[in-house]
Amino acid sequence: MRSTLLKVEDLRTWFNTPEGIVRAVDGVSFEIARGETLALLGESGCGKSVCALSLLQLVPQPTGRIVDGRVLLDGEDLLRLSEQQMRKRRGRRMAMIFQEPQTSLNPVLTIGAQVREALAHGSERGDTRRQAVELLDAVGIADPERRYHEYAHQLSGGMKQRAMIAMALAARPDLLIADEPTTALDVTIQAQILELLRELQQKTGMAILLITHDLGVVASMADQVAVMYAGQIVEIATRRALFSEPLHPYTKKLFRSMPAASKRGQALDVIAGSVPSLRQTFRGCRFAERCDYVWELCREREPAWHAPTGHGVRCHLYDSTSAGRDVDDRSAASGAMSTPFAGGEQTLLQVSGLKVHFPIHRGVLRRVVGYVKAVDGISLAIRSGQTLALVGESGCGKTTVGKGILQLVYPSAGSVMFDGHELTRLPASQVRRLRRQFQFVFQDPYSALDPRMLVAESLEEGLRALGIGGSRDARQARIDALLAQVGLPTEAKGRYPHEFSGGQRQRINIARALAVEPKLIICDEPTSALDVSVQAQILNLLRQLQDTLGLAYLFITHNLSVVAYLAHEVAVMYLGRIVESGRAEEVLENPKHPYTRALLAAVPRIESGSKRRVIRLEGDIPSPSSPPAGCHFHPRCPEAMPVCRQDYPGSTHFSSTHQACCYLYPPRAS
Amino acid sequence: MPFKLIFLWTDILIFLLLASVVLFALYARRHEHLRVPWRQVRRRPLAMSALVVLSLYVTVGLLDSIHLQRRLEGATAGQAHYATNIESLLDVVCSPLRERIEKSYSAPLAMYAFSREVVPRADGRMSFEYPRLRFGGAQLRDPSERGTDIARRIGFGLLLAIVTFVLLASGVVLSIARRHNDSVARAVARLARGDIETPWRAILATTGILLSLGCVALSLAGGYHILGTDQVGQDVFYNSLKSVRTGLVIGTLTTLVMLPFALAFGVMAGYFRGWVDDVIQYLYTTLSSIPAVLLIAAAILSLQVYIATHEESFATIAERADLRLLFLCLILGVTSWTSLCRLLRGETLKLRQMDYVQAATALGVGHIQIMGRHIAPNVMHIVLITVVLDFSSLVLAEAVLSYVGVGVDPSMNSWGNMINGARLEMAREPIVWWSLTAAFTFMFGLVLAANLFADAVRDAFDPRLRT
Repeated sequence: MRSTLLKVEDLRTWFNTPEGIVRAVDGVSFEIARGETLALLGESGCGKSVCALSLLQLVPQPTGRIVDGRVLLDGEDLLRLSEQQMRKRRGRRMAMIFQEPQTSLNPVLTIGAQVREALAHGSERGDTRRQAVELLDAVGIADPERRYHEYAHQLSGGMKQRAMIAMALAARPDLLIADEPTTALDVTIQAQILELLRELQQKTGMAILLITHDLGVVASMADQVAVMYAGQIVEIATRRALFSEPLHPYTKKLFRSMPAASKRGQALDVIAGSVPSLRQTFRGCRFAERCDYVWELCREREPAWHAPTGHGVRCHLYDSTSAGRDVDDRSAASGAMSTPFAGGEQTLLQVSGLKVHFPIHRGVLRRVVGYVKAVDGISLAIRSGQTLALVGESGCGKTTVGKGILQLVYPSAGSVMFDGHELTRLPASQVRRLRRQFQFVFQDPYSALDPRMLVAESLEEGLRALGIGGSRDARQARIDALLAQVGLPTEAKGRYPHEFSGGQRQRINIARALAVEPKLIICDEPTSALDVSVQAQILNLLRQLQDTLGLAYLFITHNLSVVAYLAHEVAVMYLGRIVESGRAEEVLENPKHPYTRALLAAVPRIESGSKRRVIRLEGDIPSPSSPPAGCHFHPRCPEAMPVCRQDYPGSTHFSSTHQACCYLYPPRAS
Repeated sequence: MPFKLIFLWTDILIFLLLASVVLFALYARRHEHLRVPWRQVRRRPLAMSALVVLSLYVTVGLLDSIHLQRRLEGATAGQAHYATNIESLLDVVCSPLRERIEKSYSAPLAMYAFSREVVPRADGRMSFEYPRLRFGGAQLRDPSERGTDIARRIGFGLLLAIVTFVLLASGVVLSIARRHNDSVARAVARLARGDIETPWRAILATTGILLSLGCVALSLAGGYHILGTDQVGQDVFYNSLKSVRTGLVIGTLTTLVMLPFALAFGVMAGYFRGWVDDVIQYLYTTLSSIPAVLLIAAAILSLQVYIATHEESFATIAERADLRLLFLCLILGVTSWTSLCRLLRGETLKLRQMDYVQAATALGVGHIQIMGRHIAPNVMHIVLITVVLDFSSLVLAEAVLSYVGVGVDPSMNSWGNMINGARLEMAREPIVWWSLTAAFTFMFGLVLAANLFADAVRDAFDPRLRT
C-alpha cells in the first residue's frame, strides 16, 4: 500500500536579481510515497535543483525566497518551521547528496571524521566510530577501516560519492534527495552508484527524490517520473506509462531527440530553440514557443493540470474542449538525411604507435622519476568523409590522443600521417601551415570562446593567422557564410559569446573550426555539456556538415548512444591503449572485449523491459602513471585469467576491420 | 610672452598618463565587455561621490602640474631673462596665499601670532605680548570685530556656494529632462527620488558639500590663514593644496612604472613556463625578499650624492626636487611590481589551459599574438583592481617615507613632509595641531575616496564577485 511521505503543494521559489525576479520554481506540486523513487527530469535551468533546495529550505539567502506553497512531510508543514526546528529535520528526516562529490567533501577532514559528524547530528548513541566504519562498508567502500582515516583527495570520484551517500544515510533519513548524483561520474561508475542506491532503498525503505536530466538514469531507477519545464511540472506518470505513452509534447520530443543506433542515417528530432528565461512572466503555455502542436489558445491561456488516470499532464491538448485535436506525431523526423553518408576509401589520417608520456618531476632538482602514460601506443586510421568514434571513460587519455594528433601536445613516439605529411617530424612552421586542414571542437562551449572577443573576431582569427580568406571584405563575407552554415543569424557577428546559449556557442565553435576549411575535425565530447534537446541539434549539424562538405570526424566521446548514431568506426580505449576497434555495427552489436561489453551494459537504456545481462565492473580506472602489469584491464575484468596478469595481450582479428586485444580469443590472422 | 612653459619630467609623465586614460576610455566605450563593468560602477552612488572628490583632487594636481617661469622685466633687447623660481598654475591662482608669509606659527583664523614677542609700544616701552599678524586679520581695526567678520565671510561663501550649486543643478535637471523627454518638474521629482540610472542625487549632494566647503574657504582665505601657518610662516592651507600633486604623482606614476614589468613578466612566465618561468620567478622572489625600505633608502641616498656632485646640471631647485620625486616613483615601482606579477603569472597559468587559447594554437596563431589578443585582455581586470587598490597604499607610503627621511625632497610640499615638520611641535603647550590635522585631513580625503572607488571597481570587475 502506498503511503504518502512527502507532499509538495504549489511550491514557488523566486530569486531577486538586479535584472528582475527569476521565478525558478513556479507552482510545483508532487507526492512521494515511502520506499518509492520519484525522478524529477528536466533540462538545465528549469528549476530542478532549486526545487530540491526549497524542500530543505536551503535556498541561497537573501536573493532567494520561498514565496508560496506547502511542503508536507508526514503531514507536517516544513515551511512553517523555524530554522532551529528545521535543522533537526535536515539529515534526520531528509538528506541530500550533490552532483559534485569533489567539492562536497571537506578536504582537510578525514572521511571518517565527516561521517562521524553526520552520525553525531543524527543520533546520540555511543560508538560512532564503529558505526561510521559500518556505514562505509554498507555503501560498498572496500577496506573501510583504512578509508576511515583517509582524506578526500585519496579517494576516486566514485568512492567520494559513496562516502557522501554514507554521510547522507548516517541518520537513516526517510527521504534521500539526490541531485544529479552520477552526472560527474563515468558510465561504469554511474552503474555502480545507481545499483548501490537501489540496494540501499530496498534495505532501508527510504524514499528517493532523484533529480536528473538523463533519461537513461530515469529508466533504470524511477518508479514515478515528474517532467519539469521552465519552473513547472508538465507531466507526472509512472515510469512505465511515461515511457510507453508520453503525453506532453515536450516529453515526446525529448524521447525522440535521443540519439540511438536505430536512428542512424536520419536526422534526429530536435526541439527548436532553448529553455526560456525564467525572468519573464509567462502568459500562455511555457512550451508554446518550441511546440509543434501549438495553436492560439496555447499562447493566450495557461494550460490546466489534467490527471485523469494518475497520469498528469499540463497541456491544452488534453482539455475536454480540444478533444479530437490531432495528438499524433506531427513531425516524425523532419525528413531523412539527403544521402546516407558513404565515406571515401582514401585514408586521410593514419596514426600508428602514438605515445604521449608526461614526465613526473620530483624533488629539488626536478628529476624525472616516472611518466604518466596518457597515451601508450595507439594506432588508428580515419578515411576522408568518415567518422571514427574514440570511446572511453574519463582519464583514459582520449582527449590527449586528439591533442597529440593536432600537435597541441607533442607526442613522445609514434607517427601521425596526415594526407601524406608526417606531422611529428615536420618543423613547427610547416605544421602551422597545415593547421587549416585539421581543427578541433572543444567539449566545453563556455571556455572555448574568448569572452573578450566578438564572435566575428573569433571566427576571423584563423583566417588572419593562416593568411587565407583574401581581403577584409572577402573575410567578412566568408564569416557571414559560415554563420549561415551553422544556423546562426548574421547579427551574431557583432555580439559577445556570453550573449549566446550553450548550444549556440557550440555552433560558433564549429563555425570557427570550419572557417579554415579543414578536412578533419576532432570533436572532443562536443555535446556532453549540452542538454539532450540541444545535443540533437548539434549532432544534426555535424551530420549535415559531413554530408555537404565531406568532413572526416574523430569523435571523442563517452556516450555510446551518440556513437551508435553517428560513427562509422569505433575504437574503444582503456588506460592509454585501444582495446577494441572495428566498424560501428561490429563493435556495438558484437562486442568482443570484456571492457566493451561492460561499457555497453552500463549504459542505462530507455527501452524498458529488455532484460540485458548486467556486467558490473568493480573498482575504478587505475592511474595511468602506474598501470597494472599485463592487461591493463585485468583488475576489473570479470573474466580475468592468470595469463592476463603477465603480458599485454596481442590483437585478434575477427574480420578485416574488427579487432580486439584480449586473451579470450586466440590470435588469428585476418 | 610674459612667461615660458616648463616641462618637468613628472609633468610629462602625468600628461602622458592622462592621455592614456583618455585613450582607454575611448577604447572601453567601443568594447562591450569593458563598458558593462564601468556602467556598473557608474550606478553606485558611493563610487560616484568618491569620484567627485577624486576629480577635485585631480584638478588641483593637474593645475599644479603646469609649470612656468615668469619673464623678468627690464630685459635687454633680444634676450629675455626669466625668474629663477618655477611656478605652477596653482601658484599663480593662489598667489595671495603663497605670498602672505607670517613670521612663524599662527593658529587657524588667528589674528595674533602663536608665540609672544617683545614689541615696542606706542609709549616707547617694550612689552612682551602676542603681536598682530602681518596678514591674518590685518583688515580689522578692532580685534573684537573678528567674530562678525568671520561670520560675514562664511555667509558670503555660503551664498556663493548656493548660487553656483543652483546653476549647476539646474543644468543637470535640464539635461535629464531633455534626455527623458520629460517636463522639468518631473525631472526634479525623478532626481529627488533617485530614479535615474546615474546617481545624480549623490553626485549633486557631494558637489554641494564640496562647493560650500570650497567657497567658504575661498571667502575666508581672503582675510585669514584658514588652517594657520607653519614654522616659517607659510600658509598651511596652501601647503596642503600643493601636497596634492605629490601624493597623486606617487600614487599614479609608480603604477605606470611597474605596470609594463609586471604585465610582460607575469604573462610571459605563465605562458611559456619552463626556464622563462624559472628566471622570472627567481627575479621576483629575490627582489621581494629584500626589505623595500632599505632598497628605497639606498637608492634615494645615492641619488642625493649624485645631485650634490652634479649641482651644475640642475637649473632650479624645483628641477632637483622633481628628479628626486621621479626617482622615488621608479624605486617604489621596482619594489612593488612583484605582487602584481605573481598574480598575473597565476592567472595566465590558468588561462593558457583554456580551450580558447588551445583553439587559437590549433588555428596557427603565434605566441605573441596569443599573449596580446587572448591572455592580456583577460587579465586586465586584475591589473585594474591592483592599480586602484595600490594607489591609496602608495599615497600612504609616501607619507611614511618622507617621515623617515627618504621620501621626497625636503623643499617639496608633501603630506609626509608636513607631518614630519609638525612632529616636533606636538609636545608644545598649547599644542600646534593644525599642520598635522591639515595633512591628515587632506590625505584621508584622498585615500578614502580612492578606496571607496577602488572597492566599486573591484566589485564590478572581479569575475568571482559577479552574481
